[in-house]
Amino acid sequence: MYKKQLKKISETEYELPKTGKMNVPGKLFLSEKLLNDVEENALKQIANVAMLQGIQKYSIGLSDMHLGYGFPIGGVAAFDIETGVISPGGVGYDINCSVRLLKTNLKETDLRGREKEITHSLFRTIPSGVGRGGKLNLNENELNNVLTDGAQWAVEKGYGKKEDYLHTEENGKLENADPSAVSKRAKSRGMPQLGSLGAGNHFLDILIVDEIFDKSIAKVFGLEKGQVVIMIHCGSRGLGHQVASDYIKLMDDKYGHPDFDRGLVNAPIKSELGQKYLTAMNCAANFAFANKQLITHWIREDMKHYFPNFKTEVVYDICHNIAKFEEHIIDGEKKEVLVMRKGATRSFGPGRKEIPEDYRKVGQPVLIPGSMGTSSYVLCGTKKAEEISFGSTAHGAGRIKSRTQAHKDMTFEEAKKDMEKRGIFVEFGNQKGLIEESPFSYKNIEEVARVSHEAGIGNKVAKLKPLLVIIG
Amino acid sequence: MPYNFLEHTADVKFRIESPTLEEMFSSSADALNETIRGNIKILEQKEKNFEIEGKDLEELLYNFLEELLFLLDTENFLISKIKDIKIDLENKKLKCVATGDKAENYKFTNDVKAITYHEMFIKEKNGKFICEVTLDV
Repeated sequence: MYKKQLKKISETEYELPKTGKMNVPGKLFLSEKLLNDVEENALKQIANVAMLQGIQKYSIGLSDMHLGYGFPIGGVAAFDIETGVISPGGVGYDINCSVRLLKTNLKETDLRGREKEITHSLFRTIPSGVGRGGKLNLNENELNNVLTDGAQWAVEKGYGKKEDYLHTEENGKLENADPSAVSKRAKSRGMPQLGSLGAGNHFLDILIVDEIFDKSIAKVFGLEKGQVVIMIHCGSRGLGHQVASDYIKLMDDKYGHPDFDRGLVNAPIKSELGQKYLTAMNCAANFAFANKQLITHWIREDMKHYFPNFKTEVVYDICHNIAKFEEHIIDGEKKEVLVMRKGATRSFGPGRKEIPEDYRKVGQPVLIPGSMGTSSYVLCGTKKAEEISFGSTAHGAGRIKSRTQAHKDMTFEEAKKDMEKRGIFVEFGNQKGLIEESPFSYKNIEEVARVSHEAGIGNKVAKLKPLLVIIG
Repeated sequence: MPYNFLEHTADVKFRIESPTLEEMFSSSADALNETIRGNIKILEQKEKNFEIEGKDLEELLYNFLEELLFLLDTENFLISKIKDIKIDLENKKLKCVATGDKAENYKFTNDVKAITYHEMFIKEKNGKFICEVTLDV
């Protein structure tokens, strides 16, 4: 029993001691309240990750952690480049599943009374749902450009402006992205899907800045109380899923898999296959960056019909499922390691070169979407996060309830009423999604953000309240 | 129903118990399909023949289910039933016919991102073929 082994370090931190084949201990950023909801098997996954070769310091679970496959969701681990491994299960199938926040020049009153028409219009404009492709149909050559250049490809094609990608992690383009490492099969899944939201927990929300916790940082991010903002959550669609699947198989064929979990199949970082996966993963990440850039452009066009003076700028765009080479302090020395974040957000403090120039003095914006009925948060990365969590914090509210349980607990009518009571207008692909994504299926976002703040790994800047929600 | 959905916080996990390996495979396809389409009935308008290989039974099942996601993403083909399924156990090969329809004729929302190996197993016990599979949704 893993829960029984946990040692409480502080009100927001627990340690899973190193036992058996674990190379390092586990470190969990949880309050007692959040720990109650963490599954025993999610803790087992923390221990499994700790068994991987070359892992550094600790296997981390963040405040929104819950059971995943391979790594837990809300899991972070860093690996030595010489001796460590890369595991597609540490990144996830939805490579660069990620969130972009746009700020606008609208106020809440501009939207009131027009909720229905605006939501309908966006729902029509932004392709979403299963089996529904995007608006573009690219040939393979053009898709290769997307995979190499990400959001920068989209801007070059006229979908947006330079400032958009300058406020995106890695400037919306991960280098070392070689499309020849992406299979034909993955490309054929990606070609019809570029520029589409997808379904499930992917969404587009219009929210209001409801509360400001740190005025000076909020000002740097361009956020003020009462302002309308837009959040987009989507990933690399079938292309990313197929890249993960392809390399899980290739790694399994070449290196076998750990006896404790086939989901943690891996390859040495330095190996040809490990390198090839990383370059293919970067391609999928670029696909996701381009995807959100296209959606941003269509939002701009669509909203202009309702508000001729509509303006929107990207606040920031962050990755949730990714592996990256980063410098961190290990045993008192600066060292480049490979950090895998699975359902986790980078949370770098002031001064890091990876942060856009105009934010560099304060730290990186961290975006934590809540469920469709509850608040979302904007946090700011910290130096402390770099010291104790490899510069990472939570990525969302984190599920608490299975989809099967959600259906047992709630009817469609009840889910709909609940959203009406909250004053939120929702447009959805079908009734099932509304039940499964109900706020009751998720952890308390307030507590997830509070623990990140108290632990000092991502400080609260602003709270956003949802007004209009579109779920695929 | 030959399949049961099990509790999993974030994803979808199902368990199949069937008298034959072939039925276990086609019931897995039914479970995957129910996850995608919910309770909507899909008409048998088209047929697809396909063959799958794997290096072990688990991989064969993984590849078989993944093919269905692939057909949905690339050809908008949503399956209704798996027919005439034949498994060559020695060579870990599978042949089958899938019937189904164009996805755009239906309204459904659940996006299955991928099949996973997480806690996946296939075993034979008391004359029954049992498997558990977790889907990333």
